[in-house]
Amino acid sequence: MAILEVENLSVSFNQYKMFRSVKSKVISSLSIAVDEGEIVAVVGASGSGKSLLAQAILGILPPNATIDGIMLFRGETLTLARQKALRGREIAIIPQSVNSLDPLMRAGSHVRTSVTAGNASDLQKEVFKRYHLEEKVEKLYPFQLSGGMARRVLLASAMVSGAKVIIADEPTPGLDEQYVAEALQHLREFADNGCGVLLITHDIGAALKIADKIAVFYAGTTVEIASIENFRGDGEDLRHPFSKALWRALPENGFEPIPGSQPQPDKLPSGCLFAARCKKAAAACSAAFPEMRELRNGRVRCIHAT
Amino acid sequence: MQLEAKKLSYRYGCYPWLFREVDFTLSPGEVVGLLGPSGSGKTTLCRILAGYVKPAEGRVLLGGKPITRKGYQPVQLVFQHPEKALNPRWRMRKVLKEAEVEDSILEALGIQSEWLSHFPGELSGGELQRFCVARALGKGTRFLIADEMTTMLDAITQAQIWNAVLNAQKQREMGIVVVSHEEKLVARLCDRVMRLSR
Ligand code: SF4
Repeated sequence: MAILEVENLSVSFNQYKMFRSVKSKVISSLSIAVDEGEIVAVVGASGSGKSLLAQAILGILPPNATIDGIMLFRGETLTLARQKALRGREIAIIPQSVNSLDPLMRAGSHVRTSVTAGNASDLQKEVFKRYHLEEKVEKLYPFQLSGGMARRVLLASAMVSGAKVIIADEPTPGLDEQYVAEALQHLREFADNGCGVLLITHDIGAALKIADKIAVFYAGTTVEIASIENFRGDGEDLRHPFSKALWRALPENGFEPIPGSQPQPDKLPSGCLFAARCKKAAAACSAAFPEMRELRNGRVRCIHAT
Repeated sequence: MQLEAKKLSYRYGCYPWLFREVDFTLSPGEVVGLLGPSGSGKTTLCRILAGYVKPAEGRVLLGGKPITRKGYQPVQLVFQHPEKALNPRWRMRKVLKEAEVEDSILEALGIQSEWLSHFPGELSGGELQRFCVARALGKGTRFLIADEMTTMLDAITQAQIWNAVLNAQKQREMGIVVVSHEEKLVARLCDRVMRLSR
């Protein structure tokens, strides 16, 4: 059963640029679902709306954002009030920036205040061991922590929160390989206990190690949702031209780039958002924004995909 | 002209040594990977090689002469966070101005002409990093130090940036240091690898 569902989500901002109000559509008709026991990885370019999706789910978008679409947690609509009530309890985030640690709070108490049920002190000690944080780290303030330690404090806080869904926004940069592997493994165990994980990452390799499905983002929308088995060979099992290009661009695959760049949110084309860079683009592609459709046990937003 | 590090050692004040007596030579046309766990001093070594930080001991020579940060900069450094490397009040056009970047490089990096009139705050990380790389590939550049240069970027942007860099590198016989935690990227790019330990 889906624990978290997002359907047709659109987010736009009104911004002032050169004294004009400009509408920026940062997320367009995005749909994604995370089942119990599942890790869904979100991969895509920077600026493709990955982090904004996390903010939308948690209800922490800036006030000038306009939101449209449906978000459900365990089948119930996520209103702002519900998001506030669930945040940190049922839905936890592992934020992208280590600066999100409260600079005036010691590492130990940061983790203890994240505990919502059970003995905070015991749980904190336990999770510190699990993340190889020495006892003396409990007493340290964020500025005294190395980047890697700060990151492990953030991971530990999410793990003790008792949440049913973790949104991990680039949880591993700056961690050494061994810690990355462990952090990913912990997310896997978390999901295996019947919870859900939305793993936002630019690192397909990491996603392939632990995720069940991968949602590929481009210019603020999902272009494909595929199971990880589809990411192999030359990308022949993948459905969308952008997913194939992303796969072939990895250094261990072809390392082949494609020309151009992702369109900016205030200059989105009317039809397919990838059309300007797509070799298969035809007139019909620019006529309308392609719908997400089922194809070979996955989903794709491309009228020509087979 | 070579970039040479001779017996470099570094520590902050009286803290333990970050590294000791590191010798390193980079020749024109060479691409060398620098690997090591976090905390082994890779970033500091990059900053020393580019002349931004003075070593506690040892020296860096460019073509046999001590490196400085004055005037013409043949050694360019690009690091992970473009937003920290750009003046937020400069339009992108101004960022590129002093570097004398060829149009073919802008094109290879996928830089769109309308981005030039934007301020850094109006562009995404991937867009900004293309500018940092373009600026570092000005006509006078002989050596590039790439410290986790494409770490936060998606694979396509990463491949696009590195292809542009490697083309310029071959044409002009540039030497490059690649710092990355991603072994597959290093394997793809580098002729040889140096490891720092903790
Ligand atoms: S809809 Fe057309 S332009 Fe868009 S990805 Fe498919 S083939 Fe390419």
